[in-house]
Amino acid sequence: MVEISPQKKYIQVNVDYMPDGRMIPRRVTWEDGHSYEIDRVTDQRRAASLKAGGTGIRYTCRVGRQTCHLFYEDMVGRWFVELK
Amino acid sequence: MRTILHIDMNSCYANIELLYRPELRDRPVAVGGDPEQRHGIVLAKNQLAKRAGVKTAMALWEARQACPDIVFLPPDYPKYLYFSRIAGEIYGEYTDLREPFGIDECWADVSDSTSVRGDGLRIAEEIRRRIRAELGVTVSIGVSWNKIFAKLGSDYKKPDAVTVISRENYRSVVWPLPASDLLYVGPAMTRKLRGLGIRTIGELAAADPVLLTGVFGKIGLVLHVFANGEDLTPVNNEFYETPVKSIGNSTTTPRDLVTEEDVRITLYILAESVAERLKDNGFKGRMIGISVRDSELWGFTRQCRAERPTDISTEIAETAFRLFRDNYSCERPIRSIGVRAGDLVDANAPDQTDLFHDEILRDKLRRTDIAVGDIRRRFGFYTIQRGLMYCDPQLSHVNAREDHIIHPHGYFEDGNRVFMPDRSAGQYIKHG
Repeated sequence: MVEISPQKKYIQVNVDYMPDGRMIPRRVTWEDGHSYEIDRVTDQRRAASLKAGGTGIRYTCRVGRQTCHLFYEDMVGRWFVELK
Repeated sequence: MRTILHIDMNSCYANIELLYRPELRDRPVAVGGDPEQRHGIVLAKNQLAKRAGVKTAMALWEARQACPDIVFLPPDYPKYLYFSRIAGEIYGEYTDLREPFGIDECWADVSDSTSVRGDGLRIAEEIRRRIRAELGVTVSIGVSWNKIFAKLGSDYKKPDAVTVISRENYRSVVWPLPASDLLYVGPAMTRKLRGLGIRTIGELAAADPVLLTGVFGKIGLVLHVFANGEDLTPVNNEFYETPVKSIGNSTTTPRDLVTEEDVRITLYILAESVAERLKDNGFKGRMIGISVRDSELWGFTRQCRAERPTDISTEIAETAFRLFRDNYSCERPIRSIGVRAGDLVDANAPDQTDLFHDEILRDKLRRTDIAVGDIRRRFGFYTIQRGLMYCDPQLSHVNAREDHIIHPHGYFEDGNRVFMPDRSAGQYIKHG
């Protein structure tokens, strides 16, 4: 049972599962239909998000010139982001 | 000399819940059982609730009395077990000698990592920071050369802190503490010690071990050893499992049990779970026991020899029911009840059958159990039930196996692994 705070948003992510077991997020799609391609994953580590309220594997992603964090909440198998 | 850490998750259940509920972090919060089912006690509380006087094991209504604007959250054990597992994996990066003590505590022997990872303090600080960053909860860590002092260290400063208890400082840090802070000194022992003029751990350490043994038996000597930091008990390897001595299930029922049928329903529910767990672990029980607590909270336990070593739910339930009828005169309604199978034997061991039991019937009952278990696993627990259960849907809506009741392991549970020094010869002896 995982509660959702206003700062936590579960999102749709296209992920490549590599033969060695790694997961690489490729594309994020928002509710409004906009989607963004992830150019590169620069960091990947377990981290908690106090702001969103949860813990998982945090992927630091470059989307164009922006950097953002995507969290894979392994406890439930869903992806979330922190909202401002 | 060993380097041992004791890692304790602060206000474990409460802080885990608060990670997921940022809007409640400024409110007094307690995690407690569902008031509807009347399991309602405080399992954990956060700092704000603690300050208002809320104590663990208080009834929920008492907690609300002490703190009217308290927020109650129901426990979510799968979540806590997940956190315990992930924390354990983090500790596992520093040592394979890690021994959980309940869901929220863990010992870790990092002696072999100190050459690579830094000394005990450095490792402890790293773990503390990592748990906070990776899991969003805080831990207190005690560092010392034995398990007992390490545990005192983690209790010393809370939350989010590391305390080192060294050969240099243990007299000034540990010895002034009250004797009741020592592991295995409970209220009764504290009283008896006070009767001997012993109030602090230091006084216990200085007391004559012969006197202590005379008054308390073996435990007196053990506590003396603990108080002097001489406990040699090893931190178990992460794959070590303490031997199972009995398998049981107990429950506080959704409503008081008033009729014999009520009791039978509940005993069957518990027996089904015990039978399944026996089979899963490869055991049969030669002893069946029951525990009963009534609405005045008076209780008793009884046990008897099973007619045949059994892992069959019907046999366990009927034996339990017979024990109940023979020993309870039903003056008051029953609040909670438990069934236990003990004196375990290997289920595959050859079984001397006799002429007086219908082994064909027993085999059928056993295979029925297995088939029911299979159906439940595939389609859901409540998809198949005994006809008896339909007599009272409220009472029978209990999944004794899945609705966790956690029993923490005791320090002495694996009796013969408590190590103490043989002071005369300067060698280790096994105690227990």
